[in-house]
Amino acid sequence: MVEDLTKSFGERVAYKDVSFEVGYGEVFGFLGPNGAGKTTTVRTLSTLIKPTSGQATIAGITLGSDSDLLIRERIAIMPESPGLYSRLTVSENLECFAGLYELKDVKNRIDKVLKSVNLADRKNDLCGSLSKGLRQRVALARALLSDPEILFLDEPTSGLDPVATRDVHDLLMALRERGVTIFLTTHRLEEAEKLCHRVAILNTTLKLIGSPAELREQLFSRNLEIKTGSQIIEPERIFTDISGIQSWEQSVSGSYIVNVSDPDVVAPWIVRALVGAGIDVLAIGETRHSLEDVYLELINEDVEAKQR
Amino acid sequence: MNFSPTRIKAILRNELRDYRRNRFIVYTMSLLPLIFIAAPIAQLFTLNVAIIGSKFNNRIGVSLLDMLILPAIIPSILAAYSVIGEREQGTLEPILTTPIRAEEFLIAKALAVFIPTIVVSYFIFGIFLGAVAVFAHPIVAATIFERNHILTQLVFTPLISGWSIWTGIAISTYISDVRAAQQLTVLASLPPLVIVILMNFNIIAPSLSLALGLAVVLFLIDTMAWRFVTTLFNRERLITGKH
Repeated sequence: MVEDLTKSFGERVAYKDVSFEVGYGEVFGFLGPNGAGKTTTVRTLSTLIKPTSGQATIAGITLGSDSDLLIRERIAIMPESPGLYSRLTVSENLECFAGLYELKDVKNRIDKVLKSVNLADRKNDLCGSLSKGLRQRVALARALLSDPEILFLDEPTSGLDPVATRDVHDLLMALRERGVTIFLTTHRLEEAEKLCHRVAILNTTLKLIGSPAELREQLFSRNLEIKTGSQIIEPERIFTDISGIQSWEQSVSGSYIVNVSDPDVVAPWIVRALVGAGIDVLAIGETRHSLEDVYLELINEDVEAKQR
Repeated sequence: MNFSPTRIKAILRNELRDYRRNRFIVYTMSLLPLIFIAAPIAQLFTLNVAIIGSKFNNRIGVSLLDMLILPAIIPSILAAYSVIGEREQGTLEPILTTPIRAEEFLIAKALAVFIPTIVVSYFIFGIFLGAVAVFAHPIVAATIFERNHILTQLVFTPLISGWSIWTGIAISTYISDVRAAQQLTVLASLPPLVIVILMNFNIIAPSLSLALGLAVVLFLIDTMAWRFVTTLFNRERLITGKH
């Protein structure tokens, strides 16, 4: 739980009055443009940076200098850069971290996490010889080694090619299935949409929070897109006669975009009206706004506000 | 405060493995000692025992001093890299989010420099003594093997290296450029050598009580330096680079 958390470096505000809660077993996405304060928030929650004001409870422990060690015992972080010792093997890198967490049965644990990230056959390879995608997987294995209550992933697919990105997504999906609590920062919106139960959009201050579907509903009205066999002669008459239609427009492609209160109720009425007017309805369906639309809407609002 | 030997061991083992596979460190650890043993042995073998007392003592002093430069220089190179090097290769952030305490991290880093330094320095001093015993003029050998000279080397080697290590780690903790850190550390490792130089050249009359006094002072500085460096070790500054 995070309450009114603020961090400033002198005059510069990294993030301000950030509040949210993440539930056990939830995958929580933290979205925002570069410089929005995402990484600084993760560093604060992982006890590396002290907040200027506000409070946070991480894995049941209140953030504060006395509790740093207790929190660090319960969390793990995978920073944007994998941060591996390139002259050491995969196994040696993990051994070091097993020692730092004072883990028992180190060999079996290492074998288990390497298997979970499909790297069991690369344990004796030097980390410096691995591709970026494989290094990200080693970093993920390292983060999983201590079986953390909360896993912080900072831009885990940054700089990866599509195949490596898909591999990391598959691994994160598997963790989601296992019920691991994950705090994921990213600016890849499709990643957040695919992996996260809920997302928060940060741009120094928290803009919105909710599931991707909730965010769409909060920001955008619901639309129906209608494709007809021919041009509607008097669309104004047909659409204004149906209750539940708020506005309409014709798109460049020739289809009609109708803004409605409840698509499930209004769609049959529209079909009936159009068929009654002798117009063939080729397709009708709700247009879906992507998380990207939500994100861009919010970030653009911010830019416009700053310009004013 | 409860120290965890497991965590200290984890970092120590990691460092030693990394050193072993780092060509720059392997070359430094192999070539520097060769230079520092070749020079004093050559000086002693060419030493004319007929020269008058103070000159003779000076030449002996210079040779022994070379043996003490090694424990000052080797750690300064390694220690300067210890924290800033982790930061440069991006390993510092994941390390600092584990339950390791600053004190444990610093002790492990210091030990990782101290152990190879002491092993190399004593090994080289052993070779120096062996060469002197076998090949040097008996008068030269007798002077070198004086109890005070041997004791000075044995006691001051770890103390001087301790000074270099802590100044190196302190600089590495505070400075954000590896080269600047290494240059500053080499400079900062020299002050204890000045006193040893003065003693070896008989400018300060060497006596057992003086040597012991200096040893105690260095020991205290080395011990307190650990506490001082711990106060410099600020996770936030190390990660963000902001003061």
